[in-house]
Amino acid sequence: MSITYLDAIREAQAKALADDPRVFLYGQDIGNFGGAFKATKDLAKKFPGRVLDSPLSEDAIVGMAIGAAIEGARPIIEMQFADFSTCGLNQIVNQAATLFYRTGVPCPIVVRLPSGGTPGSGPFHSQSMEALYAHYPGLVVLTPATVEDAYSMLLGAVEIDDPVIFCEHKFLYNHLKAESLPAEAEPIGKARIARPGRDATIVTYSAMVHECIAAAEEVATDGFEIEVVDLRSVKPLDTDTILASVARTGRLLCVGEAFPWGGVCAEVIARVTAEGFGLLDAAPQRLNAKDTPVPYHPALWGTHRPTASSVASAARQLLEI
Amino acid sequence: MSEVVKARPKAARDEGQEFVKAYRIMLSARVLEEKLAALYRGGKIKGGVFLGRGQEALSVSVGIHLRKGDIFAPLIRDQAGRMAFGDTILDTLRTYLGSALGSMRGRDGNIHRGRPREGYYAMISHLGAMIPLVAGGLLARRLRGESGVVGATCIGDGGTSTGAFHEGLNAAAVEKLPLVVVIANNQYAYSTPNDRQFACADLLDKAIGYGVAGHKMDGTDLGACLKAVGEAISAARSGAGPQMIVADLLRLVGHGEHDDAKYVDAALRKKTVGRDCLAVAAAAIVENSWATAEELAAWRDEVETEVDDTANRVMREPEPDPNEEDWCAISTPELEDHFA
Repeated sequence: MSITYLDAIREAQAKALADDPRVFLYGQDIGNFGGAFKATKDLAKKFPGRVLDSPLSEDAIVGMAIGAAIEGARPIIEMQFADFSTCGLNQIVNQAATLFYRTGVPCPIVVRLPSGGTPGSGPFHSQSMEALYAHYPGLVVLTPATVEDAYSMLLGAVEIDDPVIFCEHKFLYNHLKAESLPAEAEPIGKARIARPGRDATIVTYSAMVHECIAAAEEVATDGFEIEVVDLRSVKPLDTDTILASVARTGRLLCVGEAFPWGGVCAEVIARVTAEGFGLLDAAPQRLNAKDTPVPYHPALWGTHRPTASSVASAARQLLEI
Repeated sequence: MSEVVKARPKAARDEGQEFVKAYRIMLSARVLEEKLAALYRGGKIKGGVFLGRGQEALSVSVGIHLRKGDIFAPLIRDQAGRMAFGDTILDTLRTYLGSALGSMRGRDGNIHRGRPREGYYAMISHLGAMIPLVAGGLLARRLRGESGVVGATCIGDGGTSTGAFHEGLNAAAVEKLPLVVVIANNQYAYSTPNDRQFACADLLDKAIGYGVAGHKMDGTDLGACLKAVGEAISAARSGAGPQMIVADLLRLVGHGEHDDAKYVDAALRKKTVGRDCLAVAAAAIVENSWATAEELAAWRDEVETEVDDTANRVMREPEPDPNEEDWCAISTPELEDHFA
């Protein structure tokens, strides 16, 4: 049996619906059609009245989820593409994120963001929004990189009493496969050593984990062993695991698919520099997408975002310092 | 005179009772807001003060027709409606003055107060944003199998121009939720007059576009407000789907107490919309012999004393202590991010 990352997301929603009567799904085309990516395929049939098609209204989708959460429900909402969540941004950052702090009433909603680039998707169907949401107090931001995490972290997200921004990567939907769904899971908020090493640390998350592992394998042919840390959660950020890895290797490269300015990579480097300056043998580096909108043509897109090859080059430079 | 009252048909007496009950809540809101304005001028209030003078008749009509278990998301000029729904002079003052004992604990202030667990949602400043919230609350109640619940939310003429207003009302209409959207058409959004706000002949025309029922009345007439809002809430409660109410009135104060509202067209003040709904209601009470002018004056004295006493008490209460604050924005402490 082979399970894709997308299957895992669907199965996690099915299990959440089966296990908890408070859970319902709301989003565009998610009902009988099964979602733009089929992440909710057959769920409307299996759970009648609990998988609801919404109008094309991101603000209303998020706002209604928040109201439902106040009344004790556990909504999972799908933004058809992460990019469109900007149309619901106000409800996410001003309403969901502030509710508990202001009123003491928690806001257990899960906002699924089909994130990241795929060839030919262009400026408005490719964005990685995690840094934007992580900036706001009151949100938990998760970025699963594996089939196992897609499943267990989505189930975990539904149980969290706070708003969770669940950044699932579209490039992994059908590319990534596992033998089975996990029975047990690493706790949310803990990073994972995706590949052990001793010469340099690459901190990354989501689809870039796989590019970085491939880059590490390439650099291994030169005799260097790179440790790859998969953050899993960008907020909270597991600074301890990052620092422990940098303590072993002395060198840090952060890789993210998002735009460079003020992002997750910048945050990781700021923390390591502040809290682990003495552990560093070289200046920490970052590799992000370029500071332009995500281009349409695959030839441009493949250069706009980091790839195994550009990560390997950056890692070699870091090792030569 | 008591014989005259007794001789009235029961319906008229009931109408009188509801009218007087509503009036007394309006009066409490007015007196409390006068105190808030005085405290603001005296520098006792840290943030802004936003008053509902001129909108009390509409606002109270919403709160008075809602029941325990309903949902209410008021806006900035709804002191009367809030009090009719159960908010108190004490918590209003605590929230305005930033008392640690208030429902918002100094974390939010003035009109940003509520008790969401009791169906009393705390507004954010972004207009229209509460409409989807109330719709979602109603959706959750329906999914839980509850019926007979109503959710009401208030907004102004300016708020009808927002995307959230459109998205929320449209989505509620698609789901046929028991939502009542109450629009106080007070002629100005801050300084912007209606002719720079919308181009439809009447705001009520928007109801047709959303496929929801529309109700319109003179927002300065308490009797008309009680009747129209009561009918709209009953219709929503009985399953007739979302209801839109448009009440024409005039904001009789600035946008906030910092605003002298010089931009308001003086001619409007002389028209029906410019009437003070509290004075109009008082006159109706006396005219119908539901109470005497002396009784009305005594009610005002009574509220003034309560407001003054409560304000004195709240001003002695502790301010929030930054050292006692946990500075955690989420309810799951183990997922808190830690910054060195």
